[in-house]
Order: sequence, then C-alpha cells, then structure tokens
Amino acid sequence: MLTKLTGGRVYDPAHGIDGKVQDIYIRDGRIVDAPTDGKINEEIDLRGKVVMAGAIDMHTHIGGGKVNIARTMLPEDHAADVVARTELMRSGCGHAAPSTLTAGYRYAEMGYTAGFEPAILPINARQAHMEMHDTPIIDKGGYVMLGSDDFLLRMMAANNDQESINNYVAWTMTHSQAIGVKVVNPGGINAFKFNQRKLDLDEQNKYYGVTPRDILMRLAQAVNELGVPHPLHVHGCNLGVPGNLGTTIDTMEGINGLPMHMTHIQFHSYGTEGDFKFSSGAAEIAESINKNKNITVDVGQILFGQTVTASGDNMRQFAGSPHSHPNKWVCMDIECDAGCGVVPFKYKDQSYVNALQWMIGLEVFLMVDDPWRIFLTTDHPNGAPFTSYPHLIRLLMDKTFRNDVLSTLHPEAQKASHLASLEREYSLYEIAIMTRAGAAKLVGLADRGHLGVGGAADITVYTDHVDREKMFSKPDYVFKDGTMVVKDGELINVTWGTTHVVKPDYDISIEKALKPYFDRYHTQKMGNFKMSNDEIVDDGRGSLTIQPLHKGGAL
Amino acid sequence: MTESTEAKIWQEVASPFCGIASDDLTIKVEGNTVTVQENGDAITKKGFETPISDTQARIQGKEVSLEQAISHATDLLRNSKQPVIAGLATDLNGARSAMALADKSRATIDHLHSKAAFRNILVLQDTGWMNTTLTEVRNRVDLLVVVGSDIEVGFPRFFERMVWNEESMFGQEIESREVVYLGKTPSGDASTSPKGKKAQIIACDDADLPEVISVLRALLKGKTIQADQVGGIPVSQLATLADRLQQAKYSVVTWSASMLDFDHAEVTVQNVCEMVKELNAETRSSGLPLGGKDGDTTANQVSAWQAGYPMRTNFSRGYPDYDPYLSDTNRMLADDEVDTLIWVSSFDIDQTPPPSTAKTVVLGRSGMRFEQEPDVFIPVGTPGIDHEGRAFRTDSVVSVPLRKLRDSGLPSTFEVLSAIEKSL
Ligand SMILES: [Zn+2]
Repeated sequence: MLTKLTGGRVYDPAHGIDGKVQDIYIRDGRIVDAPTDGKINEEIDLRGKVVMAGAIDMHTHIGGGKVNIARTMLPEDHAADVVARTELMRSGCGHAAPSTLTAGYRYAEMGYTAGFEPAILPINARQAHMEMHDTPIIDKGGYVMLGSDDFLLRMMAANNDQESINNYVAWTMTHSQAIGVKVVNPGGINAFKFNQRKLDLDEQNKYYGVTPRDILMRLAQAVNELGVPHPLHVHGCNLGVPGNLGTTIDTMEGINGLPMHMTHIQFHSYGTEGDFKFSSGAAEIAESINKNKNITVDVGQILFGQTVTASGDNMRQFAGSPHSHPNKWVCMDIECDAGCGVVPFKYKDQSYVNALQWMIGLEVFLMVDDPWRIFLTTDHPNGAPFTSYPHLIRLLMDKTFRNDVLSTLHPEAQKASHLASLEREYSLYEIAIMTRAGAAKLVGLADRGHLGVGGAADITVYTDHVDREKMFSKPDYVFKDGTMVVKDGELINVTWGTTHVVKPDYDISIEKALKPYFDRYHTQKMGNFKMSNDEIVDDGRGSLTIQPLHKGGAL
Repeated sequence: MTESTEAKIWQEVASPFCGIASDDLTIKVEGNTVTVQENGDAITKKGFETPISDTQARIQGKEVSLEQAISHATDLLRNSKQPVIAGLATDLNGARSAMALADKSRATIDHLHSKAAFRNILVLQDTGWMNTTLTEVRNRVDLLVVVGSDIEVGFPRFFERMVWNEESMFGQEIESREVVYLGKTPSGDASTSPKGKKAQIIACDDADLPEVISVLRALLKGKTIQADQVGGIPVSQLATLADRLQQAKYSVVTWSASMLDFDHAEVTVQNVCEMVKELNAETRSSGLPLGGKDGDTTANQVSAWQAGYPMRTNFSRGYPDYDPYLSDTNRMLADDEVDTLIWVSSFDIDQTPPPSTAKTVVLGRSGMRFEQEPDVFIPVGTPGIDHEGRAFRTDSVVSVPLRKLRDSGLPSTFEVLSAIEKSL
C-alpha cells in the first residue's frame, strides 16, 4: 500500500526545508522514496496545504500518580467538559486534567503525535506507563525523576565515584522505562521531609550535606556520560519565588557547559522590582540562554483561566497551597523516592502577578534567538491545559493579536513589561522547529519529528489560515504511522502509539548495593520494583521503541 | 521474584489480598495447591490457600460452557435498562475491561468497598490532604497516631513492616517510636515494640470520635477548651497528645476508613486531614489512609484515569456522570433500580453480591457459595495466583506485579469481560 501526498507546502526543518512544494510517499507506516515504477495506491491532494511532521509535546503531565490525584480531585472541572462515547471513541472528560482517552484523542485532533510525561517517579513508573498505555494514538515516553531519592543522596554523601552514579542512573532509567532524566527542585523534595522549607542552589540538605548544585552536576554528568540524548531535564530551585532569576541564571551558567534543559523557565524568571516586588527577569534569562549554547528551555506559558498545578515539588507546592483555587490541595511524601503536590489554580488576567507571568513567558519566547533551543509548552496542566496550544501559537505568530490581548490585562502589569515593543513574529518554519524537529532532537527520537525518507509517517496537514489559532486547532489531516487518524479536524481512526525509551548500559554490580537497600529500607522488593518490557507491551496494544544513544557515551 | 523450578517454590511474591501488598512472601505450589511458607498471615493465607473447587460456569445452577455463560451474560446486558458493574475486586486489566464494558453498556460502576473508600475520596474532593506512603513511614515515623481503627485486624503486618522494622535509613532509634491509639483499643499486640513498650491507648466510643478529633484539632490551633473532658477523655490528655504532635519531627496519623463505621465519618477524616495540614505549618506530619483491599485502590485509580472520576460513576447518558450518592450501587440495588448486576469478586469467596431482584452475573473466585444462585456464575482466576496482573497498594502510589503461580485454566476477569464487551 503506497500513499502519495501530493503538492503540499512542506516545512521540515530537520532537512532545512522551509515551505517548499514537494510530494511525500508513505508505505507501511514510513516515509519512502518515490516508487521507481510510479505505482501508487492512493493519492491525496495537498496542493495549497501546509505539511509538517506530527507535533511532539516534550513536556506534558499526562500520566502518573499526581495527575491521577488531580483528576480525582476535580469532578467539578470535568463536569463542564464531559465527552460522550461515539462509535469510535470511548467517553471521558477534558479540560485541566483530562482522562487518558480524551487526552489522546484531543492531542491527535490538534496534530500532535507524541507527548512525554516529564516527571515519572521511579517507584510510580508502573502507574505512569499504565496511564500512558491507555492514552490512544500518540506516542509517549517519560523522564524519570531523580535528585531527591535517598539512594542517590546517600551515594553522594558517601562520595561515591561518578561511575557508580552513572550505573545507578542507567539502572533506574532501564527499569522505569524512561527516555530521559528529570530533577525537580534538586534535593529540595528530600529536604522538605527534614522540614526544610527552602533550598537554594548552594544550600545544604540538613541530613546529607549535599547541595542542589552538587546534584545537578552529578546528574548532568551521568546523563551526558551515558550518552542519553535528552539532556538532564531540570525544574530548578525556588519555583515561583520572586527574585528567583538569579538562581536560575546561576544554575544555567554553573553547569560548566554540560547539556541541560531548563523546564518551564517562565516560573523561574522573576525579579523583585516595582511596587508589587514582582517583576520580569525575562531579558536577563533570555540573554543567558542566548549566550550558553548548552542550554535548552521550554517556557511553561501560563494562559488565563482555571487549571490545576501538579508537580513533584512538594516543597514549593506546599508553599503555594494558600493560593489554591478552589480551596483544596494535596501534598505527599513518597517512598524515600520523591514527592508530589497538586494545587488547583486560576490564573486571572486582572491579577498583576498572573498578567505579568503571561508577559514573562511570551517575552522569553520572543527574546530567545534560537528556536532549536526553546520549546512550546504550557507545562500542561500547570500553566494551562495543552488544548490551548493553538491560541499560544497565534500569540507567537501574530503581533497585532498579541498586543490586542495584552492591552486588556492588568494595567500596572502592562507598564512593567516591554512586551508590546517586541516586534518578533514566529514563522511557520520556526513553529515547526519548536514543536517538531527541535523537540524530536531534544527528546532523542531518531525517527520522528521529520519528513525524510525512513522517518515514521507521523504527518500533520493544515490549511494556511491567517488566524493561526484556527489553523492549528483543526488540521485537515493527521497521519499516525501512516494511518490517517484525523480528517477535517475530526478523528476517524483510533490507533495506539509506541513508548519511546533508551536503554543505557550499566554494570549489574550496582544491584549488589541496591538489593540490600530495598530489603532493608523499602517496602517493595527490588525485583518487584523493576518494570519489565512485557509490562509496556501489556495486553498487546503497547510496544517499546528503543531509541539510539549518542555514540560512545560522551557527546 | 524468582522461581525455583524443582520444588515450585516462589520467592518475593506480592500479596494482592491486603492493602499494604507485602511482597516478601514465599509460596509453595503443588498442582493447584498453594501454601504460604514464609511471611504469611491470616489474610494472605486465606487469600493464597483457598482451594479451587468449581471450574465450570453455570447458568441458573446448570453447568455450561464458558462461551454459553458469556453469551447469556451478554444477552442480559443487552436487554438491560439500568446495568451495574460492581464488586470490582480485580486487578489492573480486570478494572480496565470493566471500564470498557461499563462505557459500552452504559452501566454504573462501583466497588464493594466504596462505602469505606468514599470516606476518604469525599475529603480529597473537598479539601485534600497531606499524606505519606509506607516506605516513608518505615524510615521516618517517630509518633504514630491511630485514629478509630484496630488496624492489625485488616493489616496484620503493618506494625512489623512499617513501625517495628529493624532499622531506619536515618539512624533513628526504632525503639523510641511511639504509638498512640485514639478511639478503638487494639485487639492484639502488634503495636507493642520489640522490647515490650505498649502503645498508649486513649479510648473512646466511635460515636464520640468526631468530637474528640475536633477538640484535638482545636487544641492544636491554640483554642481554649471549656470542657474538662470529651467522650470520656480528659481534655488534658488530648492536650498532651497535641503537644507531642507538635514536638514530633515526623508524625503519622493513620486510619482505616472501613473501621470508621459511623454516619458522616468523612467529616472526621476531613478534620484529621486538616489537622495534619495545620501541623505542617511548623513541623512535618502526614496522614496515611489504610485501605486498598480487594482491589479498591486499583478500581478507583483506573476509573479516575479512564473516566476522570472514581467509582460511583454512571454511563447511562453516554458519558461519565459521577454521583457518590445516587450511584451508590448498594442503594440502587436495595431500591430495585437495577435490572442487571455484573458482580466481580476474584479475590475472596466470601465477597458475594448483595441480595437484590436484579438479574445477576457473578465473575467469582472458584469456591464461592451463594444464598441465591446467580443467573450466571463464571469462576474466574485470582490475580497473582491463576494469572499475571498488577495491583495498587493502599497509598495509591506503589503497584505490585502479580505473577501466575499455577496453571488452573481459569479465565481472567479481563478475558471474560472483554469477551462480553466484544459480543455486545
Ligand atoms: Zn512540568
């Protein structure tokens, strides 16, 4: 079965293709060369249409314990967006914390073909994958959270060598089925269990004497030396704290040039100037990002309305709990492994702080020069639900629209930002970099995010509408692994995506330390902690795709 | 877990029968006979050792093939105007298949332990909580307060594994840990320390517990209490407990909702949870709800991620419609609102469906006895014995892999419900 997509305007930044009219051929789920015999089974006319690879959300909370707490906790939020069963689709619910099924359908309807859960606690990996297994169509995967787990901190306090830390990181990635490593408030979740209420970059954990800076260095080095393509994924210290921009810059510049991804940077770009003691640090942050080529960021844009914040950072979530809206929240300490905090929140356009947060996110987007190093996220659902991406894309691509929205926000906040003077408008090519080619490269997906021969046929086709929100809300077609899953913005087929992982090598001797650790201190045996490959395949619907490591470990 | 092929001895087996899901059991399997050799207790022994008796499906008491039973169950469901899928004592994939079937047949879903589980869920949905998990307790607890629950009855190894374990990761002197019972008096000695230190008991009747908790919380907030005693407990004794909670570095307040069996117990659970939150203004303290029996955590988790809501969700309008009161299936059955009941109970032969006028299909553990023979009985395998599976622990965080220990030929709940869904 050979399908020809004829005459679309193709944006494929991985191959430097910027709006060139060309045909694409699909066979067995892959993009192939034009057939030498000219035989085609099916032809789809894409003349005048915009063609990109399927979009990739490199940071979206779609599966795992805290997401499910958020779902259970918010019946009133679901009630406004229940989704009825159809011939094709299961029922469910949407908005801030959608059901897994609805999340998969809606991502696909928006032209997304992959999403990565950024905070898989090792001890909760099984659940995160169970939920992603029940998320249709899109590919998935996740970053396993380390840095507040007692095993690592014990190794660091005992001054274990880097090689043994590398082994532990690789072992954890392998047995929690991860594609990357994340650190959240490095060591802070652990410190909170010892009743520490803040932990700055060079502040010591009361029990271990280890600092966030040490943890970042050890983990960034491990990820790099193991050859894991996705750089250490960092949710830094002091999330949401006015004046945190200094720590953020120190974090980026202090990693000695190692690859590092700073997530939801918007929440870490705050100054303390002005009457409200809350100001934008976007210019300084963007300058530091532009200068330090080892750094990538995603923005974590906030958009106005009700949502829920779900984070591993229980220290900061506890601090934020007085702002919960509606007034209910959960914090948990988890298994000498991590923690979580779930705080519903409503961003208000007439709040000075919220309005400025909105501006700070956009300022970062517009002031970071290199679209290969910045990624489009709302940190779903923390800044806003992922369904608001088309709106966010319009804000980036349409200065008039952006400034129209800006002019309706809290007046004092408008004065505190020079967003209105930023002329930049993202091009389709740049959007394709941020949401496709760059994202695939960042996550480490060799065969996704591009339209070259051999790539997976994850393809999205749009009508080039001047209203970019309209354009990106309803693709004309979405192909997942060659199957047409969306036509005219409506789902027409339900498929099941694969789970992307890496399998870095490790020395099995690490289990000599881990087994007694589990036996003595844990309430689960090491053997039962490990998630097998079969568990990903599960009832037969799942599959595992092992992505290549960087050659020879170090970059 | 490892298998010693010769003797069919299984090590590090996880138990799906109690919510703390101990996974250090040694199990011997000879043919279909299963024996817990090490680390068993009353609950895991019953769970693993209940023998297989009937293996044949029945329609109105007459033995039929599995296919016939599935086809009859499908007919009942097809003709039903108000179906209920309840019990839901099953594993991950059993719960998944129940959700898929409920969605397709427009049924209401519920779990046999919902009455207890909702004493917690309603609190989560109203104000939330600050909770911890078992490994944190094992390594950090310095003061354990047990509210209104005789937990060793339901969780026989809780103290052995989480309180009187040999060592804490943080060098804490284990013997220095303190246990206080507030409300019920424990029935045994599980809470006594290895060196013989007994738990402190501050006893009161269940009926007085709401007031006792309110006073304790008020004391912690620095309020003055006019009364000298509450529920027979001197207020000064509660003041001392409040003081100890403030002094403790990592107190844990635990309860088993099934044992808080009085009207509006959720309000008391809420008071406990709010008290714990307030303690965290200065020190660390956490709640620990104990439950998770017969797959109730698993059912609520799967339902939450697939539908957005926990149990007591109704699909009759084609979409999930959550109502913890209207969709209480015990009430629905008692009020004759249900015409067809699919009852899933794969762990415990004693968990049979409540009496009702509904046509009843039971997917039950082999050996189940009925006062009223159901319209259809399908003996199904037990997860973690007859087939592989996964089950959530009480803390809703950790899930354990369950292994197939024997080849009984019994179908899984997933297989049966999926077959019904397909033929519907
Ligand atoms: Zn995030």
